[in-house]
Parts: sequence; C-alpha cells; structure tokens
Amino acid sequence: MSGTVAEPKGATKRTLQGLSGLVYFFFYAPIILLVIFSFSDNRNVGVWGGFTLDWYREFGESSGTQDALWNSVQIGLVSTAVSVVLGTLAALALERFTFRGKQVFDALLYLPIIIPDVTMAVMLLLFFAQIAEWFGITKGFATITLSHIAFSISFVSIVVRARLAGMDDKLEEAAMDLYATRWMAFRHVTLPLIMPGILGGALLAMTLSLDDVVITQFVTGPGWNTLPVFVFGLIRRGVTPLINAVSVVMLVASMGLVALSLITDRARSSDSAT
Amino acid sequence: MSDVTTGSAAVELRNVTKRFDEVVAVDAIDLTIADGEFFALLGPSGCGKTTTLRMIAGLEFPTEGSLKIFGDEVGTLPPNKRPVNTVFQNYALFPHMNVLDNVAFGLKMQGVDKHEARSRAQESIGLVQLGGMEKRRPSQLSGGQQQRVALARALVNEPKVLLLDEPLGALDLKLRQEMQSELKSLQQELGVSFVFVTHDQEEALTMSDRIAVMDKGELLQVGSPEQIYEHPANRFVADFIGQTNLLEGTVADHETVVLSNGTRIAAHSDLAAGSAVALSLRPERASLHSRGQDVTDGANVDGVVARVTYLGNALVYIVNLDWMEIEVRDENNPGADRFHEGDEVSVLWSTESVSVVTN
Repeated sequence: MSGTVAEPKGATKRTLQGLSGLVYFFFYAPIILLVIFSFSDNRNVGVWGGFTLDWYREFGESSGTQDALWNSVQIGLVSTAVSVVLGTLAALALERFTFRGKQVFDALLYLPIIIPDVTMAVMLLLFFAQIAEWFGITKGFATITLSHIAFSISFVSIVVRARLAGMDDKLEEAAMDLYATRWMAFRHVTLPLIMPGILGGALLAMTLSLDDVVITQFVTGPGWNTLPVFVFGLIRRGVTPLINAVSVVMLVASMGLVALSLITDRARSSDSAT
Repeated sequence: MSDVTTGSAAVELRNVTKRFDEVVAVDAIDLTIADGEFFALLGPSGCGKTTTLRMIAGLEFPTEGSLKIFGDEVGTLPPNKRPVNTVFQNYALFPHMNVLDNVAFGLKMQGVDKHEARSRAQESIGLVQLGGMEKRRPSQLSGGQQQRVALARALVNEPKVLLLDEPLGALDLKLRQEMQSELKSLQQELGVSFVFVTHDQEEALTMSDRIAVMDKGELLQVGSPEQIYEHPANRFVADFIGQTNLLEGTVADHETVVLSNGTRIAAHSDLAAGSAVALSLRPERASLHSRGQDVTDGANVDGVVARVTYLGNALVYIVNLDWMEIEVRDENNPGADRFHEGDEVSVLWSTESVSVVTN
C-alpha cells in the first residue's frame, strides 16, 4: 500500500507511529516484566534477585496449584466438548431453518456475551442455589462446568455461524441430488466445510474456560478451585513471584491455543476458498 | 398443448401447483417431456421455471398435482431417490474436494465399489474433456471448466433425465456458444432427456427440441422452436421469443383485422369478431418499398423512416407509422434498395407472415 494517496505523510505519520508504539508498549511491557520477574530469586515481586527456576519448581510441587490446574483442564475439556456440540447445533438451526420464535432465540443466544460477567455470575449463583436444593448438586465441578458451557455456547455458535453463512447452501442440495441422504450430505459436505469454524469455536471456548475468574468464583464450592481462581487467592495472601510463574504458564497455554486456532482456520479456509 | 404419448414420457406433470405460503410459484401446469428430448423451460425470472425444475429434481415438493418420472409417481420422494441429476446454476461444486472426488461423489453415495467409482469418474471427466485436471480443486478452474465438472458429476451417475438450471448463465458469450453446441451433441450422444431452464430465448431456440414458455407460474405454450416462433400462442410469447412488432387491432372477421388507426389488414384467425388482438409482425418478415408500388399479395401500411441502424449483415429500419413505430429488418444484400431517414415508405408483408395474438 505504500505510496497511495491516503497514506499519511511527514509529521502526521511520525505522530501516528509514535502513538502506535505507545499502545504496543502498554500492551506488552507488563507481560514482559511479568515473565522476567517469574525468574527472579527474591520474594518481593519487582525486586530482581538473580536468576532462578525456584518459582516454577514450587508451582510444580505445590499440591494446591496442581489440583487447581487439573480442575481447570477437566472443566475446560468437558465444557468445550459440550458447548461445541450445542453451539454448532444452534448455529445450524439459526442459519439453515426458519421457525417460530427464531429471532427471540437468536437474541437470547447472544445475551451471555452482552451481559456483564458479574451479573451472569450472580444469576448463576442464585440459579444453582435453587437447583442444588432440588437435585442435590454440590457446588464445584458440576456447577462450574455448567456455567462455562452456558457462556461458551454463544461464542461457539457465533464462530460457526460466520462459517455457515459463507457456505453456499446449494452444496447440500447438490449432495442430496447426488444420492446422499440428509445425514450423509451433512457428514461429507457441510461438516468438513464448517470444521474450521467448529475448531476455532472449540479453542475459543477452551480459552474462555481456562481464563474465567468472576463467574467461577461465584459458583464454586468450598475448597474447589480452578487455576485462575487459585491465583486470585494467592494474591490476597501476599504476592510472590510464584504468581508470576503461574501466570506465565497460563499465558503460554492461552497463546498456544489461540495461535493453534488461527493456524487451523487459515489453513482450512485457504483450502476451501471458492 | 403437449402432444407426446404417455408411453415414452420421461417426465410427466399433471396439474402441478407449487405455493410458497401465499405466493403461487407454479400454477396447475400440465407438461410431458419425452424420453431423449432436449427440452427447455423458458421464461423471465420469477416465472416458475426454476421451481418446476426443482420439483422434478425433488428439491421442492409440489403442493398439488402428480409428478411422474418414467411412469413412477415421485411427488414427495427426496432427491436422492430419483433417477435424475442436476447441473446447478453456479455449479455448486464441493470446494473441499478435487475434481475426481467431486465427480465420484454420487457413485460413492450409492455405494459403488471404490475402484469402479474411480474409473467411471475418470471416464466421465474424459467425456467433458477435462482429462489431467483430476487433482485440481474447483477454485483452481475457470468458469467453463467448473461447468464441465458439474456436467461430469451429474452424468457419471447415468441419470435417466439430466436437469440443468441456467447452465450457461455464468459464462461469457463465446464460451456459451461453444458449450451450447457441445451440450447439444452430448445429449444426442447419450440419448437421455436434458431438461434445461433458461431465460435466454435465443439459447432455447438454438438448443431445444421443444420449448415450454412460462410466465407468472403459468405454462403459456409448449412446442418446437419453429412452432413457437412462427405461431406464438399469445402476445407474451410473441413478444418474448425473438423480436416482433405488435400492431393493436380488432378482429373484423376470420380473414380481417382492423388496426387501431382503422386500416383493414388481411390476417387469418379463428377468433370471434370484435376480439381485441395484436398482429405480431417479425421485423425480418416485413420489407420496405417506395410508396406507390402495387401490392399484389399481403398487406401494407405507409410510414416514414425514422432511424436506420447498420448491423453489418443487416439493416434495421425504425418506421414511424404516426400511431406507432415498427421495426423492419433487411438483409444487407448488394443491389437491394437502401432507405434513409425521412424517406416516405410503404411497409409490406405477406398474409402468412403475421400471426394474430390475443392478450
């Protein structure tokens, strides 16, 4: 694009470049500091005491962090699996069919994205208080997983719907004209074509589940922690570079998932571009 | 209107109506398409031609009426249970499969053995002259090549009837003409019925054995290109197929029509005296002469040349008759009389050149 009429010049250009630099600085400087001090051999965060891997070792040895990590992974996997199936089905229904109350359903599906986390957390808390009484569910794994499913479905269905909208709906008709049953048409044509959306939605759901603090904290039971909630608890007991180490682990995991989702989506969409 | 005997009927529609909610897309049509016939469904967009094709394919079900394919009632049978295949308007090739897998798809779905499916698909790809392209994705092919893949993908299943929805609409003129003759010879080679939908009357005339002209969900006329061009059933058909001049008038008796300006013209019809009609006069059936020449046969009206368009192989005159303008087309033969703007002329035609059409 260089040399186009619309490209800023001179002082304007330098100002804009400077502003961009500042934005990136505010984004990434804290992250870089976080990573650096996770290797600091000093109990006080922000004071460099030489290089050490002790905090990572402590993270590996502490049963609290281990349990929290394992809980996070389990909840993440289960809530992702369930929300991917339900979110994809919702996307298919909304994109392919017309039915009574479709617009209401459509609006309700996206509500969890719009309403603040705290509001949703309180609602879920009250909901589970009631449900726990009726069905005897104990707060913990079940309530957290259900909550994560509740907000992940919306994200999954948005991503899958975008993919479906870009797909020619004559393709399914063509498949059925070529002797495929409805199921075979879905299996051999629709599913492969929306798979990048489904994978992207799954990774998004996984990331959201692994990162959530607010809602999880409201619906969890006594002594039951996910990793981010555990970190939040650590801070209240005094900040040590252990938090940095835990945060770095979560950061790397989240970035890995997002990167994976971008890579698969790009590879797939370049495959199926028409 | 159709006159094919039931015994050789590939597709038979009896009183078929399709409604979408309140909208009548196809209104009680009767249509018989013979085995081995190249048949066109022709009409402007929204006339119900595509809906009719989709009902034959099984992609829509008739609201009322009977639809038979080779004698079997298929009204509400899903598309995968019908011995027909479709070439879709924008081809609808599967973007995630290569050419070979696209073509072999139908066979795979029918459970044909993998090796046999492969070799039959190869054969079909050869038939449409795409040998060597098997491994390409649809996105790597030109529009014309995609069209051929769509054709191969349908034909490999040996359908008893091939349905084509505006198959050439997306191609440029030259390619379209090439594909027209190729489709025609392919159809003759295979001997199965091709039913194709088009809004292009020239394409329909060029390719088809018979044409069904539709408008607003109704079937207006079914016949050979010649029948439809020479003897249009009504005003719409006359106007839609080719160029024509419509001269408004009233039937005086079986051999005479009185034009709106009072001129009496010899024209045969079976309509009752007083019926409002139009005379359909094709531009190439009329000729121009200097005024005052004797008219031995046929009819003539006087006018003034308003515009002349030079087309190379022909000359098109727009003649002002005072109450309307008519178009006359003359072959550009050397030695033929040439007329110029402002010339006072007489427009002549023979009685059998016009048809009397009603609204």
